[in-house]
Amino acid sequence: MNKKRLGLLVIFAAAFTCGMLAQSATSLKINEVLISNSSNYQDDYGIHNAWIEIFNTSYASVDLKGCYLTNDKNNPKKYPIPKGDELTKIGPRQHALFWADDKPERGTFHINFNLDPAKDNYIALYDANGETLIDEVTIPANTLGIDQSYARAADGGNVWEVRGINGKHVTPKANNVTLDKNEKVEKFKEHDGSGSGMSLTAMSVVFVALILLYFCFKLVGCLSKRLMRKKEMDTKDVTSQAAAQATKPMAGKGEVYAAIAMALHEMQNDVHDVEKTVMTITKTRQSYSPWSSKILTLRQIPNRNH
Amino acid sequence: MGDLLNLISDNLAIFWSYTGFANATYGHFIMILVGIFFIYLAIAKEFEPMLLIPIGFGILIGNIPFNMEAGLQIGIYEQGSVLNILYQGVTSGWYPPLIFLGIGAMTDFSALISNPKLMLIGAAAQFGIFGAYMIALQMGFDPSQAGAIGIIGGADGPTAIFLSSKLAPNLMGAIAVSAYSYMALVPVIQPPIMRLLTTKKERVMRMRPPRAVSHTEKVIFPIAGLLLTCFLVPSGLPLLGMLFFGNLLKESGVTRRLANTANGPLIDTITILLGLTVGASTQASEFLTFNSVKIFMLGALSFIIATASGVIFVKLFNLILKKENRINPLIGNAGVSAVPDSARISQIVGQEYDPTNYLLMHAMGPNVAGVIGSAVAAGVLLGFLN
Repeated sequence: MNKKRLGLLVIFAAAFTCGMLAQSATSLKINEVLISNSSNYQDDYGIHNAWIEIFNTSYASVDLKGCYLTNDKNNPKKYPIPKGDELTKIGPRQHALFWADDKPERGTFHINFNLDPAKDNYIALYDANGETLIDEVTIPANTLGIDQSYARAADGGNVWEVRGINGKHVTPKANNVTLDKNEKVEKFKEHDGSGSGMSLTAMSVVFVALILLYFCFKLVGCLSKRLMRKKEMDTKDVTSQAAAQATKPMAGKGEVYAAIAMALHEMQNDVHDVEKTVMTITKTRQSYSPWSSKILTLRQIPNRNH
Repeated sequence: MGDLLNLISDNLAIFWSYTGFANATYGHFIMILVGIFFIYLAIAKEFEPMLLIPIGFGILIGNIPFNMEAGLQIGIYEQGSVLNILYQGVTSGWYPPLIFLGIGAMTDFSALISNPKLMLIGAAAQFGIFGAYMIALQMGFDPSQAGAIGIIGGADGPTAIFLSSKLAPNLMGAIAVSAYSYMALVPVIQPPIMRLLTTKKERVMRMRPPRAVSHTEKVIFPIAGLLLTCFLVPSGLPLLGMLFFGNLLKESGVTRRLANTANGPLIDTITILLGLTVGASTQASEFLTFNSVKIFMLGALSFIIATASGVIFVKLFNLILKKENRINPLIGNAGVSAVPDSARISQIVGQEYDPTNYLLMHAMGPNVAGVIGSAVAAGVLLGFLN
């Protein structure tokens, strides 16, 4: 395999890998954890257990199957999330809730360890290879009271806080922040009632985009003109700039082409206007069937426009 | 016998309750007249027939009265109906990018590449969008709705549909019909403004013929265009990405079959579906509101502002250009991206004053720059207001 092909293969492989990563479990986050459940959310058996909420930060569905949950740094593969359960697929910006009750026999979402409020609780989510850490959190001992959760202030955000006190609600299987209005729109309503701010900003962006294109093609145009001039000078065997100016190799080229095209067009029209139709039928011998002809099934060689 | 007659009369009464006659309202008849008017404009006046025939007939389809409580699954707003399924391409915004693919595959950017300063006219004409945005805010629309209404001034139907489906889905029917109607009325709206803002001397101004553009430049254009515009405004990616991709299919010279499909059968199919479903979405019960009237007024204003700002920008631009590089202000209107109609208007108005002055090739530059400009403006609005 030559070097060029190898290079192409590497580029394709890299692009494919990047594409895979973009859709992988790396967009998952441990979003909220509740350790002492007295009267909070009940599991499907009607029992109050500790729970761990996972949030999909991306705008595509992500499947948790094959990933691992653990509370042991030395054993990343402690709880393999079962394959073959449709429910492990988390929709865009949606949640999944796991019950830390050490009863995996109760179903996919019941994991094989408990959480202890009196100790530091380390929780981690590993990718399906059992080596790539997706997310981890340590909840310090005695941080949470009964029915209090340790949660990200905003879904998928970096700041953690204790919930269930000071009017902050515990939100199992729901967004940690509920948006009841579009902040961006509200900001425009408040500060830009006339719309002039938006107009100025947006028009500036439109102009910048097209000015960038203008500079780009001004440059490309200059280079192209220089190359074309050089090519013509080479073909006409003109060496000095002064001689090139004198012969003006580019002058009137478009008009000449247009005149030739018009002459051809008129000539062809004239020819066809007086033509008489005579049909002759001649028997031809064909030693093969066109249906099996390779020539007819191959891709046509593309025509290049210069 | 009496029972049989009763049964027949009951059946007929039920049948009558299902007919269009029993369910018709004044609104339905008004919209049917609008649909017929669109078809008339398309056939008799040849105003954008490719758009107005599907939209006009779509209006007829969407305004056939029926018993909406019967659950017949025939209306465009009834989930699961055929029309509703076809309408998904509009509501979820995937028809417009496919139209842009076809536009890219049929557009020759040579005029723009040979004279890149014409791009700035395409940018200036986008003032129409933001002029209408500001007026819409004053009329009581919220910023998202005002943005969706303002984009009518971009004179680009697919862009208007794409943006309104994201920012103001409830106004999409009125915005789309308004955008396409005014695009069809470009020959009526633009010439008086062009004449008003130019002197006779300016109208006969001759421009330097464009230089020949090499194949390499044509290939570089869609690649550089995509990278420069989308790095700046990623939210314009669905439209700009498809536009430049279509253009690369055309200009590469090695994907002729793909380019032919994109600028032929594909764009035709999507135009039929888009026009028909947008027309059908103007169901009287949803469409005939005071907001629709306001949107139509704003649409007209946005076209007027866009045309005027394009022409005025050229006049101002000429002040800093060398005499031999000056631009005829009559091509300023072509920054309104109704391709190729507004460029054709430049040519027609120009020839009224000098029959030997051909402005069409020059006007195509700002015209296609307007397509890029309006897609960038839509991306900005989407980024700010979504």
